[in-house]
Amino acid sequence: MTAKPISSLDWRGGGVAGGDLVLRRASVLDPRAGIDGTYDIVITGGEISALADPGSVDGKGEVIDAEGKCVFPAFFDPHVHLRVPGDEDEEDIETGTRAAAAGGYCGVLAMANTDPPVDSAADILALRERASGEASVPTGFLGTVSRGLEGGELTEMAELRDAGAVGFSDDGLPIANARLMRRALQYQHLVGANVALHEEDHDLSRPAGAHAPHLGGVMHEGVVSAVLGLAGVPSVAESTMIARDAALAAYEDARIHVQHLSARESVEAVAAAKEAGVRITCEATPHHLVLTDEEVRSLDSRFKMNPPLRSEDDRQAIVDGLRSGVIDCVATDHAPHAAEEKEVPFEEAAMGVTGLETAFSVLHSELVLPGVLDLGVLVERMSAGASPFDFDPPRLAPGSEASLVLFDPDAEWEAGADGWESRSDNSCFAGRRLRGRVLMTVVGGQVVYRQRSFAMGVA
Amino acid sequence: MRHLLAIGDLERTDIDRIMERAEGFAEVGRRDIKKVPTLRGRTIVSLFYESSTRTSSSFELAAKRLSADVVSVKSTGSSIDKGESLKDTIATLGAYGPEAIVIRSPHAGAAQLVAGWSDAAVINAGDGKHEHPSQALLDVYTLLRRLGSLEGKRIWIVGDVLHSRVARSNVLAFRMMGAEVTVCGPPTLIPRDVAAALGCRVSYELDGMEEADVVYALRMQRERMRESFVPSIREYAARYQIDSRRLSPRQLLMHPGPVNRGVELSGEVIDGPNSLVTEQVESGLVVRMAILYELLTAGRPRPDERAGDTDDVSDPTPIREPA
Repeated sequence: MTAKPISSLDWRGGGVAGGDLVLRRASVLDPRAGIDGTYDIVITGGEISALADPGSVDGKGEVIDAEGKCVFPAFFDPHVHLRVPGDEDEEDIETGTRAAAAGGYCGVLAMANTDPPVDSAADILALRERASGEASVPTGFLGTVSRGLEGGELTEMAELRDAGAVGFSDDGLPIANARLMRRALQYQHLVGANVALHEEDHDLSRPAGAHAPHLGGVMHEGVVSAVLGLAGVPSVAESTMIARDAALAAYEDARIHVQHLSARESVEAVAAAKEAGVRITCEATPHHLVLTDEEVRSLDSRFKMNPPLRSEDDRQAIVDGLRSGVIDCVATDHAPHAAEEKEVPFEEAAMGVTGLETAFSVLHSELVLPGVLDLGVLVERMSAGASPFDFDPPRLAPGSEASLVLFDPDAEWEAGADGWESRSDNSCFAGRRLRGRVLMTVVGGQVVYRQRSFAMGVA
Repeated sequence: MRHLLAIGDLERTDIDRIMERAEGFAEVGRRDIKKVPTLRGRTIVSLFYESSTRTSSSFELAAKRLSADVVSVKSTGSSIDKGESLKDTIATLGAYGPEAIVIRSPHAGAAQLVAGWSDAAVINAGDGKHEHPSQALLDVYTLLRRLGSLEGKRIWIVGDVLHSRVARSNVLAFRMMGAEVTVCGPPTLIPRDVAAALGCRVSYELDGMEEADVVYALRMQRERMRESFVPSIREYAARYQIDSRRLSPRQLLMHPGPVNRGVELSGEVIDGPNSLVTEQVESGLVVRMAILYELLTAGRPRPDERAGDTDDVSDPTPIREPA
């Protein structure tokens, strides 16, 4: 399947090139294109027209002094929840993509578990129409695998694909029925698009039984859940489903993308599948890369999400997996929730955290600066999530579409102190001191975000 | 102490202080007039989101013995029934200006949330399967009266540990008092990693229970069978029921109530000489008086004192006249 440019997704900047822009003396890092050095980046007609010697370009249009600042290919998030249709009080296309732009993203893929779910061609067309008027960054929409998200019958996947669905997922819920899973993978030979999987065996994650979701596990099963008396979700609830679906994908010669890995056993299951030649990709979230179930001791519902934060050993396995490439990309699983859904006891609180606006700064602060993860590896993984859905990750080589992020590696800030672009504030990193901040995001030559103090400085 | 949310928050000295105070109130309970004016003019809200007989009545009577005004709210028949959120309920009840809120909730951390939303002292009367600290304190009090000290004593907690807030609070409290604790039950009802979590030993069989100085049986709920935690109540009872054959005369028997006769305990041991079940209920009253006293007087000015009244409030000595 040939990959398409990210800017071919719907957004309000589509078809416009943007003005000329020069970023002088920037530290340019694009591991994918083999670029690592200080350059003047010249952007003309929406493309990177030159990487020139530092200080050599005067240029026309806007010129920004980027000395001491970094330029990376802009990020791509294959897993966000924009809450449209149905929960526009929590997020909508405009606010969610503004949050993405503020986080340095040049593209996002929105999940289909809305209310009602996105399971028809008409739904996809309506969302695309809205995105072309409201989205700050290119936005793709997935359709559900099962009609009504009920896990029973397949959606009209071919028609959804023709209408522009970028992939399929029942995210939020697993595809419990192995037969339905197998049919979706068989049908992929007709439809082509990837299937993104929320892997969770409800028989294991809901201790009172799969049909008692209100008694389901609410955190990782381990020492902390034993202390708190909270029902646990064992790691094997995730890894056994990954093993099942990897086997089905191998058998049907299909491809799958596993969402939000949380456990060591899951990393091992994906590694084994990759070793065996299965066409499998996977993602990890910033919160699973940085936090553990120790956070839940506070019973603060900001630390409740699905899959749950797991043990330190699991966290290390996720970090190792991201470093080694077993985990292909970072995805935020940006999941906005209204305050009243979180201001309740932990067991009753909605699952999910926002993440677009803090993802790179958090990983830079917590993994890169302490020397745990190489900056180049992180930069590559931040946009690699485009590939499983057949989009080309951005590049900084001359001639490429100019989608990049300007990042100040020394800026210190407190997450959330200046408010959020997102309509919701359920960030598990709120209040955290972070080092490194996105100053500007450019998509196809158009500036889609400027950090306020930075924008004042250059105005 | 500002609140009583979890045994895990307490220091040993907090427990010792409450035990000593409870002793003083036990003396009051033996008088003709069992009421003292200590909390006169104070309002205590009791908010129960789960059914409860002994905990709610015990707190209510404890508050009344201390002359406080008590407002009891039960979830059924109240606005809670109509879908009002906990936060809104607390704001509403806050209009009465309660000095203390006693809350029982089916959800872990509910009392802690209330403490963040209200100026009142908050007492956790059971939050989900997390903690039930006043139960643990009354159990410690009951054992101290019998044994003098828990130092080096061996205590077995038997039954459905997974779903028991009493087990969690009691393991922590018993250990803090110097006891060695073993939790015992079918593997399906013992939380994974519980030994590391609570610092106790784990046994899946009653073999070895003869070492125990105290056997603490937990309530076994019948719905556990439907959820496949145990194949049948019959098999559970055969393996884990505490009966007169399994209990030696020197061992003390406790249970938080209400008891399922013939399930976790056989009838003869409940009513037998080893049983402390009735003493536990008696202890509940004086320990809860001590908890209310601790939170509402120690280190906090009382309303009339702020207004210039110079009564010595640190003296809990009862007076003769009814309040």
